[in-house]
Amino acid sequence: MMQILKYVALDILKNKIVIAYTVMLALFSWSAFGLEDNASKGVLTLLNIILLTVPLVSVLFTTIYVYNSNEFIELLISHPVKRSKIWKSLFIGLSTSMVVAYVIGTGIPLLLFADFGTAIMMITAGSLLSIIFVAVAFLSSILTRDKAKGIGISIIAWLYFALLFDGLVLFLFFQFADYPIEKVVVALSALSPIDLTRILILLRLDVSAMMGYTGAIFQNYFGSSWGLLLSFGLLLLWILIPFYFSLRKFKKKDL
Amino acid sequence: MNMKIIVTMSTINQLKYYFSYLSIFFLLILPAQLFAKTVYVGGNKQFKTIKSAIKESQDGDTIIVTKGVYKEGNIQLKKSLILIGKGNPIVDGQHEHEIFSVKVENVVIKGFQIQNSGRSVMSDPSAIKVYKGAKNVHILNNYLLNNYFGIFVQNTEKVIVKNNVIKATQAKEYQLGNGIHCWKSDSIQVIGNKIFGHRDGIYFEFVTASVIWKNQAHDNKRYGLHFMFAHNNAYISNKFVKNGAGVAVMYTRNIVMLYNVFQENWGDAAYGMLFKELSDCYLTGNKFYRNTTGIFFDGTSRIIIEKNLFKENGWGVRMQANCMDNLMEKNNFVGNTFDITTNGFLTLNKFVNNYWDKYEGFDINKDKIGDVPYRPLSLYSVIVEKNPPAMLLYRSFMIDLLDKSERILPSLTPENFIDNEPWMVPHKI
Repeated sequence: MMQILKYVALDILKNKIVIAYTVMLALFSWSAFGLEDNASKGVLTLLNIILLTVPLVSVLFTTIYVYNSNEFIELLISHPVKRSKIWKSLFIGLSTSMVVAYVIGTGIPLLLFADFGTAIMMITAGSLLSIIFVAVAFLSSILTRDKAKGIGISIIAWLYFALLFDGLVLFLFFQFADYPIEKVVVALSALSPIDLTRILILLRLDVSAMMGYTGAIFQNYFGSSWGLLLSFGLLLLWILIPFYFSLRKFKKKDL
Repeated sequence: MNMKIIVTMSTINQLKYYFSYLSIFFLLILPAQLFAKTVYVGGNKQFKTIKSAIKESQDGDTIIVTKGVYKEGNIQLKKSLILIGKGNPIVDGQHEHEIFSVKVENVVIKGFQIQNSGRSVMSDPSAIKVYKGAKNVHILNNYLLNNYFGIFVQNTEKVIVKNNVIKATQAKEYQLGNGIHCWKSDSIQVIGNKIFGHRDGIYFEFVTASVIWKNQAHDNKRYGLHFMFAHNNAYISNKFVKNGAGVAVMYTRNIVMLYNVFQENWGDAAYGMLFKELSDCYLTGNKFYRNTTGIFFDGTSRIIIEKNLFKENGWGVRMQANCMDNLMEKNNFVGNTFDITTNGFLTLNKFVNNYWDKYEGFDINKDKIGDVPYRPLSLYSVIVEKNPPAMLLYRSFMIDLLDKSERILPSLTPENFIDNEPWMVPHKI
């Protein structure tokens, strides 16, 4: 397994996109903190970038990479290696590179400018978000043999979580405005990893006071130390479930 | 030439005339000045306690209290005395008593450290309480520490509270009274005091024709300044920082507020300033920095808000739809999350010539007035106002998109909530 991991890691490094991604994240973060006069605002600007670009890059790069390494996978399968090992090492290689890119790109400026707790929170949440979208990409690329279709599915998944989901939540707010839906909404927002990350980070900033009653409920459920464990548990589930399904499919797949 | 000399001559004559009157006046008051005596209180002075000194003195006497600790329970002032502390003598209420009770007019209390008054919800014991009819009392340069109420003024007039430092360190709100509490009085001057850690910094109820000038109230548990039914007052150059709920102003008319600073009143239910049922007021030169809400208007009418600065607040201004005939003119809105919100479609207020940093229009004829009207209401702010839980979607990409399209084609925000002449550059404030 280590052997495969090494090949995957070397291959990703040779492919300069991840390095470009790191540099881009670093540029974004340094300029976000450089332009805003207070760190809290810098964090907010950075938050927007992270919530959009990190999932998008993770999901697209991974999908394309998995399709492109089809031949490599076929070659490996002809050797006496377990299928699950191949898939897992591919996953670990890709998610590690995404996480490392993220941590180097945004982690350093965050640790330097933002307050320590918020920085750690953002680094953890962003890393988890990267891995989640790698897992989603694994699932979408195993669903179909057609590359265009697979990439399409990945983009739709990204669109859904980054855009449509919030639209749906907003729609619910309007439809059920007359009912006490705060708790339902809090539970719902846990269903989208991007939303969950966004709110977790917002609660650490000054703006949390503006989130009123619903914010307080969210803080109660997900902001306390047990709640934090729960929310990180949920994010972990978002990694495990898509990856588990993709692994099951891969094991049985006729290549 | 001649005319000039005649004029000067006549002025000199007039002056002479006045001087003769003045000298008669001085002669009349001289006896009182002559007979008034000064006594000293202290360890090695003629009086050992303040109480004994008061007992032996008459109206108009001066009592100078020297350095030391005086634990004398409740000190009643029923004579018009001048009490002066030299070297900050400490008067301690031992958590049991009201300390100074002023019951007659013309009293001066100056330069004491007054601490540890009792606590009782029935009688509101204070460090210094000015009772009914005790007019013309001056409370100057005292340091008040850990009292229930600091200075309590009730049912009187012409009281001056100046340059006192009023501090409380009790942890719970129920252990605390107000720093300066004025009830049913007239012509009160509260000047240059610093109040922190109390329940309300300055509290006015049924107080008229008074001025609050150059005070600082910070870290009070509830409001920095709280006034109700207090008409015809002026609030000038005060600073309110980090109070539990900011400043609340209710059921009042004819108020002037100039050059005050409202800062960092941040929290779930904190407002830079809360206006409830207020009318006929004028605000200018006030600065609102980093409050959850700069000003919250609820049922206000005929208020002119001119040349104020709203900077980095959560909401710059929240104006409920039950407000009417208010005019917001030439204010600066800079870096607020939401500049302004309202909760209904009815807009009976006017916004004109304000500077909005989110304005994206242009100015072709260079008259500093934007050529395109500005709609300060963002769609999201309206959604949040109607549907507070929607705040959970703050900073979501979807919301930003919706906001952008609403700016171009307003459909959900009130049509006439508009600044027709937005300024291109910030006003000087």
